[in-house]
Amino acid sequence: MATDQVLRSKSVEYRKTILRVIKQARAGHTGGDLSAIDILNVLYNHVLNVTPQTFGDPNRDRFVQSKGHCVEALYTVLADRGFFPAADLDTLCHYQSPYIGHPTRGVPGIEHNTGSLGHGLAVAVGMALAGRLDGRAYRVYTLMGDGELGEGSVWEAAMAASHYHLDNLTAIVDRNGLQITGPTEKVNPLEPLADKFRAFGFAVREVDGNDTAALVALFEQLPFEPGKPNAVIANTVKGKGVSFIENARAWHHRVPSDEEYDSAIRELDLACELDEGR
Amino acid sequence: MQPGRANLDVFAETLLELARQDRDLLAVTSDSRGSGKLTAFGDALPGQIIELGIAEQNVVSVAAGLASAGKKVFAVSPACFLTARSFEQVKTDVAYSDHPVRLVGISAGVSYGALGATHHSLHDLAALRAVNNLTLIVPADNFETREAIRAVYQSAHPVYLRFGKAALQHVHQPGDAFQIGKAALVRAGGDLTFIACGETVAPALAAAEKLAGEGLDCRVLSMHTIRPLDEEAVLRAARETGAIITVEEHSVAGGLGEACAASLLQARVWAAFKIVGFPDEHMVHGSQAEIFRHYGISSQGLAETARQLAAQKA
Repeated sequence: MATDQVLRSKSVEYRKTILRVIKQARAGHTGGDLSAIDILNVLYNHVLNVTPQTFGDPNRDRFVQSKGHCVEALYTVLADRGFFPAADLDTLCHYQSPYIGHPTRGVPGIEHNTGSLGHGLAVAVGMALAGRLDGRAYRVYTLMGDGELGEGSVWEAAMAASHYHLDNLTAIVDRNGLQITGPTEKVNPLEPLADKFRAFGFAVREVDGNDTAALVALFEQLPFEPGKPNAVIANTVKGKGVSFIENARAWHHRVPSDEEYDSAIRELDLACELDEGR
Repeated sequence: MQPGRANLDVFAETLLELARQDRDLLAVTSDSRGSGKLTAFGDALPGQIIELGIAEQNVVSVAAGLASAGKKVFAVSPACFLTARSFEQVKTDVAYSDHPVRLVGISAGVSYGALGATHHSLHDLAALRAVNNLTLIVPADNFETREAIRAVYQSAHPVYLRFGKAALQHVHQPGDAFQIGKAALVRAGGDLTFIACGETVAPALAAAEKLAGEGLDCRVLSMHTIRPLDEEAVLRAARETGAIITVEEHSVAGGLGEACAASLLQARVWAAFKIVGFPDEHMVHGSQAEIFRHYGISSQGLAETARQLAAQKA
């Protein structure tokens, strides 16, 4: 189990890697990667019982990244955890590279292919149900975007999750409040979001999704209420960690220029120094 | 031909037999256990049927998740909904992700003939032929259905099967063989070939028997596997009989007929050729048998088409 200092330091390194990889590939979902990275960090470095060696073990924990477009963040964490060499990240979106712009099982450590939104929760329901039927103790986690919750299939899956009392399932919402057109509450409002999940039978908790210590503390409480599937509304900042990317709609999938990249790295390094000095 | 039972009944019975021996076998349904004849399965093995309600998209994705965790899943839902409502789930969560789900489209084609286009599946083979990594099976009779279910139970990759709910004639003889990807010869003949699939094989065979009395000796193939298509059998039919009529309970666009035509043309093999299926028009409604007769999928209709094609061949 990593200390929070280690997790915070990893988050900074992950952000720098994400920006580098996106700049190099000339493609990526910068804003959502940066909002989700602390969640992925905590999952893979503290919560999930899975390693490259145990990925084929039927008792491993499962993670399905339903918001597949934020794949650079996932690849970055998987590389750091040793699922594949970090140098592979440099092939993102290259001709014939398995490291394409959405997760696929062609990449070590990935359970399920995603990209089209609204699928991950339902697949995770199937995985959790299988675990329940087989009496296995593994847990299943899925990460969804908030804009993604407009897909009706999410709510079909939510009904099934509570019908089957899947308290081994955790649905995490990266609640950064922005989708490609603008604020979620202007495009297709989600609030009251916690009430919606409660009404669908979930035990719901809200958390600062960019606070690694808060995330660790919350995940240690699973299951929140025995017999109910878990929903974590992770309130995040889209583009978190780089001032000019934060909450900026244009950065949904903008690629940093050389100057923007240098400026972002300086900001992240400075924040890291301040953090270490605190 | 001897009368048989509905393929649906044979499917349900075969599935129950397999499930009794294997607790990892699961049937996943969309409020469809009644229409899938799975009530007995659910009563006998309540722990092996997963009911998800009227939520076909969820059925397919949950099936994929179950399969990824080692379950042998049969996702059973009316073909019209399973392949249209859930098309993206089939494409992404099953085929693209390569989780070995057996998708079972029940009451396929015009089984629900009088209920309208919402309940017809005339597009499924065309749509799914364009999706990579999915074996497509349309069994003709009780024998093929039983063999197909037993074969796909062992499959490590995704499969789609579809069949109807009407009682059928047996087109196979005792001792016949069934192999996925290999056309089944149900009648030998040298003058013309009917390449049919599913519930159109029986009328094709009846037409061939009628035509034999007129001196036209027709071969009948049950092309139960639409993909991978037995191209060798198609080419052989063209070379040896010179005339082919394809028959399918499906739109004439993109199904068995066009798959055969593409094989022939690309191999530069010529034959007099006719695709019998449903044309691009607002469909007539009625029972499956009435709709078949309306569009010439009957012993009389197919015999007449064969006479015309045989004349062209000369």
